[in-house]
Amino acid sequence: MASLKVSVVGADQEVWSGTASMVVARTIEGEIGILPGHEPMLAILGDGEVRVTGEDGKKLTATAADGFLSVENDTVTIVAGNASLVK
Amino acid sequence: MGAQLRVYTQKIKSAQTTKKITKAMELIAASRIAKAQARVAASAPYSRAITRAVSAVATYSNVDHPLTTEPEKIERAAVLILASDRGLAGAFNSQVLREANELAELLRSQGKEVVYYLVGRKAVGYFQFRKRASEGQWVGESESPTFATAHEISAALLEKFSLDASEGGVDEIHIVYNRLVSMMSQVPEVTRLLPLEIVEGMEEPGDNAILPLYDFEPDAASVLDALLPVYIESRIFNALLQSAAAKHAATQKAMSSASDNADKLITDYTRLRNNARQAEITQQISEIVGGADALSSAK
Repeated sequence: MASLKVSVVGADQEVWSGTASMVVARTIEGEIGILPGHEPMLAILGDGEVRVTGEDGKKLTATAADGFLSVENDTVTIVAGNASLVK
Repeated sequence: MGAQLRVYTQKIKSAQTTKKITKAMELIAASRIAKAQARVAASAPYSRAITRAVSAVATYSNVDHPLTTEPEKIERAAVLILASDRGLAGAFNSQVLREANELAELLRSQGKEVVYYLVGRKAVGYFQFRKRASEGQWVGESESPTFATAHEISAALLEKFSLDASEGGVDEIHIVYNRLVSMMSQVPEVTRLLPLEIVEGMEEPGDNAILPLYDFEPDAASVLDALLPVYIESRIFNALLQSAAAKHAATQKAMSSASDNADKLITDYTRLRNNARQAEITQQISEIVGGADALSSAK
């Protein structure tokens, strides 16, 4: 199965990058799940919890308040001024 | 020891102490450049992502945004000057201030009023000494700027930009900062931040040149609304980081030439001291010989 290339980017550094099978984020419109093959999209994140499910099924949560989510060619970029990983 | 000799020894000592200090500052600056450059590099993915997103929205929607439209008449322009908090960096601060003055003159000749926003103690001091007014000042973190400061600066500027000129707002925002070209050269750079030049093709989107047709959520206008201020913020943050890196490079260069100068002084004074010592010895010998001659002839 195809996979997503995900990067979580903060203002002063790239917080995390890797491959994933699914990304779930909350935009200001509501929750959205992104699987490989998703159409290109640009969305504003709400209070920004982003859940990334890795290819091996490992889950990872990042916060990205007031950020953006862009999807294209199976590349997901989550951008926020203050992005961080939740342990 | 002769008086002359003592004077030279003193001067050599003082040059040696100065050299110790400048050498230490040079080494400190050298170690900080790497860190500052790493910060510039680390912030690159962010500005790249933002730039790409902005060009995507601009390419695929025909939304007019107040931040991108050129006002009919520009009455007031804001100039943001990025200097440093500390001196001892050669021409770093003076060149950026000179550039800002030239820009202000140009703007005034176009009939625009100029208001200043200052970053760095050196710029603030320069303005205070000349009793010039400034609208905003940020000091204390020019060496390692944080994103919070960039956020604060851009919030202040955007607020002014959204006001009408009659209410004290500005129609144009310029930024003057030192860009790090290489370790040896830092060039003052002037860019117009707002209104944004038409974004399309502003920066190559990267490897796959054609941007896909995006789906915007909730819609293109509100995405652009949220994106543009962030874009401005990232531009300011980038300028702050560049300026910090350039400051360290300028300090290193200035301090290394100061150390060289101290070295030269030490060599010069050592020569002079040797000369003086030799002269003293010669004089003593001739005094002794003269004395001995006088004694022997007196017998």
